[in-house]
Amino acid sequence: MNRGDRLPLAHLWVAILAFGAAAGMALMQALSRASLELPWRSPKLYYLSVTAHGVLMAIVFTTFFIMGFGYVVATRTMDRPVRGPRLAWAGFWLALAGTLAAAAAILTGRATVLYTFYPPLMAHPAFYIGLALLVVGSWCWGAVMVWSYVAWRREHPGQATPLAMHGMLATVIVWFIATIGVAAEVLVLLIPWSLGLVRTVDPVLARTLFWYFGHPLVYFWLLPAYVVWYTVLPKVAGGKLFSDPLARLVFVLFIVLSTPVGFHHQFMDPGVPASWKALHAFLTFGILFPSFVTAFTVTASLEVAGRMRGGTGLLGWLKKLPWGDPLFSSVALAMILFAGGGFGGAINASFGMNAVVHNTAWIQGHFHLTVGSAVALTFMGTAYWLMPRLLGRELELGLLAKIQPYIWFVGMMCFSFSNHITGLMGMPRRIYDPAYGGDAVAAGWRALTAVSAVGGLLLFISAAFFMMVMLGTGLAGKRKAAEPVEWAEPLHPANPRATLLDRYGLWAIVAVVLVVIAYAYPLWVHLRMERFGSPGFSPF
Amino acid sequence: MSVPVYERIWMRASGILIVAFITTLAAGLAAGALQPPSHVETIDPAKVWTDPRFAQTGVTVDTHGATVIAVGMMFAFVPGEIRVPAHKPVTFRLTSVDVTHGFEIVGTNGNTMVVPGYVSQFTTTFDRPGEYLIVCNEYCGLSHHLMSAKLIVEEAKP
Repeated sequence: MNRGDRLPLAHLWVAILAFGAAAGMALMQALSRASLELPWRSPKLYYLSVTAHGVLMAIVFTTFFIMGFGYVVATRTMDRPVRGPRLAWAGFWLALAGTLAAAAAILTGRATVLYTFYPPLMAHPAFYIGLALLVVGSWCWGAVMVWSYVAWRREHPGQATPLAMHGMLATVIVWFIATIGVAAEVLVLLIPWSLGLVRTVDPVLARTLFWYFGHPLVYFWLLPAYVVWYTVLPKVAGGKLFSDPLARLVFVLFIVLSTPVGFHHQFMDPGVPASWKALHAFLTFGILFPSFVTAFTVTASLEVAGRMRGGTGLLGWLKKLPWGDPLFSSVALAMILFAGGGFGGAINASFGMNAVVHNTAWIQGHFHLTVGSAVALTFMGTAYWLMPRLLGRELELGLLAKIQPYIWFVGMMCFSFSNHITGLMGMPRRIYDPAYGGDAVAAGWRALTAVSAVGGLLLFISAAFFMMVMLGTGLAGKRKAAEPVEWAEPLHPANPRATLLDRYGLWAIVAVVLVVIAYAYPLWVHLRMERFGSPGFSPF
Repeated sequence: MSVPVYERIWMRASGILIVAFITTLAAGLAAGALQPPSHVETIDPAKVWTDPRFAQTGVTVDTHGATVIAVGMMFAFVPGEIRVPAHKPVTFRLTSVDVTHGFEIVGTNGNTMVVPGYVSQFTTTFDRPGEYLIVCNEYCGLSHHLMSAKLIVEEAKP
């Protein structure tokens, strides 16, 4: 093991362990929603578990994985150790301390407020302070990434940024802009309120700041997955990247368009005028574009790979692809599931139509296709590819790694599609039990909640296989010389010179201007209005 | 930037699709047909029960339609049974006395967040008489899954 790789490995192990803990909780939740009377089943444990699952999966697993993967990209593409390793380690320990504080508050039942923590439900201050520390830790990571890039840029003036690093820089910029919102919510509103320094908090203002952060958060998860799709997948598939400049364009579009869309999570909120919701709805449709381009470019790259492997005919190249390779199958299946997620997302964003699906089981069906598949399955596949290379060990239990992505796929189909349908039938999300006192309409959801539970069981088996492979590899994998981390070559020689698309400062400024257009005026009007805050309430 | 011809076609088609989506929304908005509940009105959540706007919960029917005044609280809606006429516009006015709740009339597009400190308002028309389940669809605490009410849509009496 390379000494410099201890930094990314520390992050990746925290991510993997958080994933394992969160997957165990998910099983219990899926079974509970099917009204199965299990001995330990109680509303208190269910909602505690939903909170822990959401925080561990959506915040801890993703953030630590992305930080670790970011360090790998920085050191390998720029061929240099990171700048500021002390700052990087400080960030790791801060984020870990924050995670432990928040986890302690959740597991002792003092923060059963779910991962969206909408006030005036109030958690123990340790929960909010822990989340703040996690974000501050991630800022250290962002600073190290930018610092390392600036050092590289000084030595390579005019040279195009390596594509994988380009994607990670886009991720860092999106993250810096997005976290302003959650930092303002947690530091200015919620921490003083939970400590009793101020008595009340404005719930709509808190929701607005949360969703200012909450939507670009999904691109913070998605962009590193896209880095893998563009720069790792074609190589593993035995082919080349179809278009380097379009990949660069996609990442820049995400920098610009990720943030000014948050009101589409608040379509059903009072206190936010319809005109601003409409503007955010229009901008939301703009973000479909870079994902459409990605669908084409990545699929075309796979066709290139299939044909380079000797595949012929209209679809014959598909058969030549390495479906037994766990990185390849994970990402390919993640892409198929993500197509469904994108389709549902366009419906969610549709202003009026949103009323039919808002806060129903449709929503959990939707985001398990996006963050729960496009992102999580890609990250699992990435771990199979990356961990042996960082550890200098062989992947243990390779057969489990081969079948695990397929089990995830089938489990997610059962889970997600049944939840989409029960959502359309009106079943709310985040409920311990869907019986509603034997109501006839609610009884109609019953069969599909059982399908969802079967899906949850399969997903749990898949996650358990992943954990066994990871722990087996880390503890007992046969030592060998580490294979190099290699990136996909573009099909047509890429422009070696930096272009307008490599001007990160410029694109960050464009993004900030759009954010100001989308948020400054409505926030100003909101703050001037006569408002009445709410004191905190315990969830039980 | 040189873009291969098939990808150029794909990108144009994607662009046209997105413009079509946005045009659909804009047309609905311009016609005043499709609007999510976006009423802006504030209220002191500690004084809801004595506020003249919410002191009297329940349904008022007049010749134009009906107005429903309802309050969300942990873990019930007041009133728990709402009777409204069919085929006439019904305006719902809701607020919360504690945490944020959701108000969803299952099987319809009646859906709004109910946030303390704010008054939610939306108008809809029910064409199918019958009994509807109303559920809270925003997590509000340990009995969130029990928070529900009934909506009864009645044919107008001759």
